[in-house]
Amino acid sequence: MLSQRLSEWASRAPEIEEDIALTNIALDLLGQARALLDYAAVVEGGTRDEDDLAYLRTEREFRNVHLVEQENGDFAHTIARQLFFSTYQLFLYEELISSTDELLAGVAAKAVKEAAYHHDHAALWTVRLGDGTDDSRRRMQAAVDRLWPFTAELFDADDVETGLAAQGIAVDPATLRPRWVRAISDTFTTATLVIPPTVWTSHGGRRGVHTECFGYLLAEMQYLHRLHPGASW
Amino acid sequence: MTAPLATAVNTTAVGHAWAAASAVADPELPVVTIGDLGIVRGIDIDADGCVHVVLTPTYSGCPATAVIRHDVVSALQDAGFDHVEVRTELAPAWTTDWITEDGRRKLAEHGIVPPSAVRSVQSGASTGHSGASTGQRVEVALAMRCPRCGSPDTLLVSRFGSTACQAMYRCTSCLEPFDAVKPY
Repeated sequence: MLSQRLSEWASRAPEIEEDIALTNIALDLLGQARALLDYAAVVEGGTRDEDDLAYLRTEREFRNVHLVEQENGDFAHTIARQLFFSTYQLFLYEELISSTDELLAGVAAKAVKEAAYHHDHAALWTVRLGDGTDDSRRRMQAAVDRLWPFTAELFDADDVETGLAAQGIAVDPATLRPRWVRAISDTFTTATLVIPPTVWTSHGGRRGVHTECFGYLLAEMQYLHRLHPGASW
Repeated sequence: MTAPLATAVNTTAVGHAWAAASAVADPELPVVTIGDLGIVRGIDIDADGCVHVVLTPTYSGCPATAVIRHDVVSALQDAGFDHVEVRTELAPAWTTDWITEDGRRKLAEHGIVPPSAVRSVQSGASTGHSGASTGQRVEVALAMRCPRCGSPDTLLVSRFGSTACQAMYRCTSCLEPFDAVKPY
């Protein structure tokens, strides 16, 4: 879903280098999603394939966190979202490399390098905008304040995930939180940004309950496939 | 998995197949072959004469992967192998260290700086740095020589480039922009 969101920046980023950077990141995320969806299709019995899972599931069947479906906002919002998510992904994939599941470990070994690169990109921009002009700092802090309530959900586990983590297959996301907070705090210190007080937190994405913007995002993503089922080019 | 056959004939056939598959040009960087890039990870021929090729993508979402699969099948069919199966394996993950000497030379000749032997630091976060304030990327940038005039005075313009595996630089001596393969 984040790949789909980032793709919206194509031809609209503040500079051409960022246009390329954000769509490159989108492409990496798409590749990771394809590998995981392909595997999910095998695990559930092989009656559906990766395209069915991406293009034919309904809103309630998607298990993504609310953070990734949030609208792009201004460039600062996109960068804040990237920083929060890529830092989470980096630590998640670092752990998943030692999964007892060979395929998940393989996907993680590949994706961890990409996540590290995405993290560096977001961290560089966070510092540049946060420790920049009055206006860039104000907008970067506003983006952090707006998206911060969506970060708690990254560390929610459901029963399936907890069970798989106990078997050494998955990672319990709660265990990633201390490292994540430390890394974000370090970047914020350099960027002269502050972690806002927690007023409320968003939850439920991994149970299939989404925020309002998700339906619109899904409609755009699935439109073509639903209009021309089975088309190829 | 396929049962490897140890006969001389098949060893020769495997070598033949390997040569044909390795010679396929990368669709995005046609100056190098997929053999040069190190993404052909294994070739075997089973008892029925079917060639099994194992490829690994450079990046998870590399859009060239599907084209490469197709080109490998065509190349092997042209080389006389009618039955070809291509499988993609993610582990062990591809690294720029797998680009051959020949591949590095060809990239350099075409104005694309091959990845330096000095590996960049992958992650600021894991090493306790913010990832934004470290000097590690500066080292990488300084090591990047301009492929046209050879000047070490170059500037990283964007950490992402025209393909998933490249970044964009500019030479501050001759002022020309150039691409470099990201150390990965």
